[in-house]
Formats: sequence, structure tokens, C-alpha cells
Amino acid sequence: MVLNWKIGGPLLGVVFFLAVLLVKPIGVSTQFVVLDGILWNTQVPGTVAQGADGAWTSSNAYLAKYADDIADPVNYSFIFVAAMMGGALLSSIVFGRIPLRERFNPDLWRANFSLGWIGRWIIAFIGGALVLFGARLAGGCTSGHMMSGMMQTAVSGYIFAFGAFLTAFPTARILLKKEA
Amino acid sequence: MEIFLAIAIGGLFGVMLERIGATDPNWIGRMLNLTNIHLMKTILVAIGTASILMFGGQMLGLVEVGHMSVKAINVGVLLGGAILGIGWAIAGYCPGTGVCAAATGRLDAWFFVAGGLLGAGAYALTYPFWKQIGFLNGEKWTLGAIPGADYPAALPNLPFSGDVLGIGIGIAFIIVAIILPRRLAGQKAPAGEGVAEPAE
Repeated sequence: MVLNWKIGGPLLGVVFFLAVLLVKPIGVSTQFVVLDGILWNTQVPGTVAQGADGAWTSSNAYLAKYADDIADPVNYSFIFVAAMMGGALLSSIVFGRIPLRERFNPDLWRANFSLGWIGRWIIAFIGGALVLFGARLAGGCTSGHMMSGMMQTAVSGYIFAFGAFLTAFPTARILLKKEA
Repeated sequence: MEIFLAIAIGGLFGVMLERIGATDPNWIGRMLNLTNIHLMKTILVAIGTASILMFGGQMLGLVEVGHMSVKAINVGVLLGGAILGIGWAIAGYCPGTGVCAAATGRLDAWFFVAGGLLGAGAYALTYPFWKQIGFLNGEKWTLGAIPGADYPAALPNLPFSGDVLGIGIGIAFIIVAIILPRRLAGQKAPAGEGVAEPAE
């Protein structure tokens, strides 16, 4: 059972506040680029390399912005995301029991698509590609723009939230008609 | 020290995302198809709480204003947000909840993460194009003028500071969360709840 919003909301808010108090606002989607850079570098060695001045850079203009983090992933933002995964895993072991069928194909998707779990995995893959492409074009995701942005009264956070819900609500209303 | 904080705050964030149901695509789906917006209430209260604490702390001088990090406004924010919204509704995951869901053993979430790596890579390859057509140019605006920060204000002539505005908006977010009905579409009971109310 999920935490009631009256408890979960304030607790989640405190985590976002602690992040700003102690370090900086929470953000996640940049780390997909960092991991991409690390994987890219294993396939094409030298994609991220030190320039003549000793500073890390890349032949790809976008990866060059994150060259330092790709060269040394043991930094705050990358470890943060790894720790998130650890926290979620721990929490699901202590509090939650996710049924096996749900791990393959969530109930709401099973009710609305008759594609089986392989179909669900393809849908999740396509969704992931759209989400991260959009997040990088926007310069942040639901965490960085919507939550961290709006809590700081950043106008970009409101514009991002408007754009995201503008398409997310109609898409879900059309695709997720059956309830579960 | 930074790495310790990353583990502590990141770990807490992961626990909270799992506990509020954000790593469960069913709860994301019910929020986006408006049949049960319980998760949206949680998020509205979280943003409001964080805003009140941060701006209140800044007014009292307890929170370093320099820790704020505001992002630029540009066409990419709106277009990128709209593209993300489609994928969000299709998959039921966003970047943070996706990686956490994968960690909890949801197999479809691993495919979301793999797709995400492809999407982010595709953006890295097309980045010069978006930059060239000017979609990434813009300034880092906040709503009000925040004392101690250099961000240009969208509303520069308010009779109060951006800190006070931030606290006011934070309270408004919480009030909206309290007022909003659990279900916005259809007349039935909120979807996905065997019992009437998630445990307090």
C-alpha cells in the first residue's frame, strides 16, 4: 500500500528541501547522458578524452558538456542516482510485495493492451526513448524541471509542466481507457 | 563528504519514490488518465512543502541562496516537455521513477531505461541542430525577484520579495492538493483502491 498523500507529500518535500539545503536541487535525466558517454567510450575509445590543456572534452559537442563526469563517474549526481536505486530496492524489500505478473506487465497495461509482456517491454522501450529525448531537449525531467523547478518558482518549471501535461493527459485518456 | 550526501539524500529520495507509489506505473497511469490523482496530490504537497521550507530558510538566512539552480526558458523546454509527456503516458515511467522501478525488479522498467539511453544518445547526436535553430537560447527567469540571487524576475514590480511569493505559491500548491477530488474523470470511485483510502 502506498503512503497517503498527507504523509508522503510532506516527507517527499523534506527530501527536496534537504537536497537544496545541503547540496543542490535534485535532477536525474542528465545521468542518462553520462552513462551513454561511458558506454560510448567503451565502444569507441577516445570519444571522451583529455585535450591539449588537460581538460576532459569530447568529439561530440553534447557529451563534451559532461566530459568531466563521464571521465570520473564517482561524482555527486551519478552516485545520487545509484543511491536512489538502492533506496527504492531496500524500500520494496521492506514494505512492498510486487507480484511476478506485475513485474512483467503492470495491471493497467495488461487491461488496456493485449500484447502480452513482450509487447509491454517494447512499449516501455519506446516510451523511455521519448521521455529521455524530451527531457534532454527540455534540459531536465519531472524531478529537475517540474519538482525542483516549481519549488524554486522557476518559470521554466511551469512551462515544462504545462508542455508535459498538455500531451500526457490526452495520451493517457486515449490509451489507458480501461481501469485497473 | 559530497559522496556521502549523494548516498544519503539519493537513498532517501529512492525510498520516498517507492513509498508514494511513483515507481508503480499503475499509479502514474491512473494519475494521467485522471481516474485517481492520489499521486498528483502527493507531488503538489511535496512541491509546496519544499518551497515553503526553502524560501522560509532563505529569509531567515539559514539556507544558502547560492544553492538554488534555475534552468533557462526556451522553446526546447516546451517542446521537450511535450515529447516527454507522450512517453510518460505510454510507459508510465519518468527518468527517476524508471530507474527506481528497475531497481525494485520491474522488468519492463529495464526496457524503459534502455530506451532512455537510446533517446538521450539520439539527443546527443542531434544537439548541434537544436542549438543552431535557437531552441536552446533563453534566460533563467524566476517569478519574483529573489534577494541574493541574480535571476531576472518575470514579475519585477511586486510589493513583496520573491521569497514571500515562493512561500505563498507553496501554500497555494498545498491548498490545491487538499481541494482536488481524487477522481477527475467519470463518476465512479477512484480507480485502483480496494479499500477507500490508502493507509494513513
